[in-house]
Amino acid sequence: MNMNFKSWLVGTTMLVMGATGAFAEVVFNRGNSADPESLDPHKTSTIYEADILRDLFLGLTTEDAKSEIIPGAAESWTISPDGKVYTFKLRAGALWSDGSPVTAHDFVFAWQRVVDPATAGEYAYMLAPVVNAEDITAGKKKPAEMGVKAVDDSTFEVILNAPTPYFLEMLTHQATYPVSKANVEAKGADFVKPGNLVSNGAYTLAEFVPNDHIKVVKNPKFYDAANVKIDTVNFIPTEDRSTAMKRFEAGEIDSNNDIPTEQLSDLKAKFGDQINIGPYLGTFYFAFKIPKAPWDNVKLRQAVSMAIDRDYLAEKVWQNSMIPAYSFVPPGISGYETRTTDYAEMSQIDREDAAKKVLDDLGYGPDKPLKMEIRYNTSENNKNTAVAIQEQLKPLGIEVTLLNTDTKTHYGHLEQHGDFDVARAGWIADYKDPENFLALCKSGTGNNYAEYTDKEYDDLLAKAAASADPSERMKALSDAEAIGVARDLCVMPLLYYGYKNVVSSKLKGWEYNVMDRHPSRFLSKE
Amino acid sequence: MLRYVLRRLLTAIPTLFVIVTLAFFLMRVAPGGPFNQEKGLNPVIKANLERVFHLDEPLWKQFLFYLQNLLRGDFGPSYNLPDFTVGEMLYDGLKVSAQIGGYALLLALIFGTALGVVAALNQNRGSDYAVVALATAGSTIPTFVIAPLFQLFFALTLHWFPVGGWGGGAFVNKVGPVLTLMLPQLAIVARLMRGSMIESLHAHHIRTARALGLSDFAVVVKHAMRGAMLPIVSYAGPAAAALMTGSVIVETIFQIPGIGRYFVDGALNRDYTLVMGTVVLIAIFTVLFNLIVDILYAVIDPRVRYD
Repeated sequence: MNMNFKSWLVGTTMLVMGATGAFAEVVFNRGNSADPESLDPHKTSTIYEADILRDLFLGLTTEDAKSEIIPGAAESWTISPDGKVYTFKLRAGALWSDGSPVTAHDFVFAWQRVVDPATAGEYAYMLAPVVNAEDITAGKKKPAEMGVKAVDDSTFEVILNAPTPYFLEMLTHQATYPVSKANVEAKGADFVKPGNLVSNGAYTLAEFVPNDHIKVVKNPKFYDAANVKIDTVNFIPTEDRSTAMKRFEAGEIDSNNDIPTEQLSDLKAKFGDQINIGPYLGTFYFAFKIPKAPWDNVKLRQAVSMAIDRDYLAEKVWQNSMIPAYSFVPPGISGYETRTTDYAEMSQIDREDAAKKVLDDLGYGPDKPLKMEIRYNTSENNKNTAVAIQEQLKPLGIEVTLLNTDTKTHYGHLEQHGDFDVARAGWIADYKDPENFLALCKSGTGNNYAEYTDKEYDDLLAKAAASADPSERMKALSDAEAIGVARDLCVMPLLYYGYKNVVSSKLKGWEYNVMDRHPSRFLSKE
Repeated sequence: MLRYVLRRLLTAIPTLFVIVTLAFFLMRVAPGGPFNQEKGLNPVIKANLERVFHLDEPLWKQFLFYLQNLLRGDFGPSYNLPDFTVGEMLYDGLKVSAQIGGYALLLALIFGTALGVVAALNQNRGSDYAVVALATAGSTIPTFVIAPLFQLFFALTLHWFPVGGWGGGAFVNKVGPVLTLMLPQLAIVARLMRGSMIESLHAHHIRTARALGLSDFAVVVKHAMRGAMLPIVSYAGPAAAALMTGSVIVETIFQIPGIGRYFVDGALNRDYTLVMGTVVLIAIFTVLFNLIVDILYAVIDPRVRYD
């Protein structure tokens, strides 16, 4: 009797477990190093919302698991011979999560909304290549004058100012995602709230508790829903990286997109190939205040740059989570030839000798030391980098002082062209194109903290922008980098960013790519 | 008594006004603004943002606008999290922080008082030294050390509790944050209680009570403890205000969605409205708990009368 009861219990338990196993929802707890600013795709700017919005929405084009462009909401498109008119054919039968059709009118509405000054979208410039977009954002023209048109419900036409070869690449960015016109008009600013948000991607929004979690669930209306294997994704903000690693170890999160760098070697030993580090399209750099003496002297800028041991920074300070950089545009963009500074191939000893000679020639020495202040925004790694550079420059008689302020003060100071010698900054690509980096050195650009101006450089960028031939364009950009970066150091590249992911071995389909983009729709979990 | 309470509440209004004014203008002295960031904004876009949030208007106008909204109970939108109003964020966060802080303080008061009394009754004996040692340890080991140790031991080794997260307010998720927050408070309460209890036990009225032949229990609990509670009560008021409005360290390490983080994050992000909202909330809590302390004084101490 007792025995019977026991076996009955075991049998039933196994049956129940088996049944729930077969039908259990697959939940992916995805660590995200910060909460998103907003779930309104047109009001976001940071990489923290990019992964979430990529799951919720589908742009005209999108990327596959390897971050290569594939058709998204548009199933096909044609480009006019002059490269200025794009005609997108929307996916037949595509639906919003509320069951209404996704039409070209939604795209017209969404794009006009992005550039409308009343929206104040931080990424309005992503649509700057479209006719009149910049004037609309500046309040000089009406949103209705934008170069976009719904030819019919399923045909969306875009007219560009100039051929823009990276335009299809830009369309993977969240700022270009559609929103449901009917829904935004009905709900107003509250359309982003759970229960209100209507989306056209693989997932729909279920819950959003700031600093706690964002829950998205599989969208049955998504055109490729049959191939979406994960039912629920919980995006969990993991501000504290050490806690995040412990939560990963305890199985509370399945992945996280940041790792405490200082513990890297221990973590590698412990988690093996679940720790993933690789090159990422971003550059950590310093900017000299070029208009201010003595930094107006390019030889001096080059000398300082040569004296910095980037291998040491990458290995010791960043535990090999970053890569020494000698160009602004990181490698990994097909068709683009990266142009490095000419001492990239020299040994560090030779570089230091060369730097020493320049300093001697310029009259710097023990009696007249070169003084340099490094200004950086507060962060442990930024501090360690600055301190290491301070030590590296000391033997050359360069007296480095450090000044750190919080991020807002730092960038506020740089944007207002406040006084500094050298300042820390970084850039992570919005889309896979060198122009996204090189535009930072264009005369008068807001992010041109060095206040670099060079006519030849600007002309080369303009030439690239006007060029319809991709290889000619890439050549012009490459030449621009050779002048602005390699020759003039409009930015002093120090390190290429690396992505730092910890990914559970239970997750399948996580493909490494330089954009570090991993849509949940291509993943599965055992 | 009622008149006293009303008068205190009325004087809170100018106090809050001064706090709001100071906080508003001090916040603006800090360099940079909510829209300065690593990826700098195009000036046109930044100007649009500032217009949308009325940051382009003269400061005095912004201040009047803020006061006007505040009187209607509207804390304004958060600049850095525009999907939420500051009111919504504080409301959701307060539910979490008040629970964690409330439980931590309650436990600290119960156990701290008990430990303090035990120590005082056994002054200069083993149990007294043990309590003093615990109190010293509790107030010297910082929470950012206790919290990760708790996670390592109880979550990763013993698997009793989750490492972090709020889990919708599940009991197991609250244990770590409550204990971490409680420990330093427990230490302070125990120390305070021990000191005032020793003093109280030597008072004349206690000697009289003993001489009258009252039981030990009556002497200790009814007479000695009542007087000895006064420092605890005056400590508990501001402590409650501080604990219930969240702890940035505990919330960050345990990854729980309280309001302690909003104060620090808001200040770092120049999210003016969020900082203002948090300041107003903390100010209200402080005023309120101080008032409660004063009322409790009148209840406990027969010498205190407000009429």
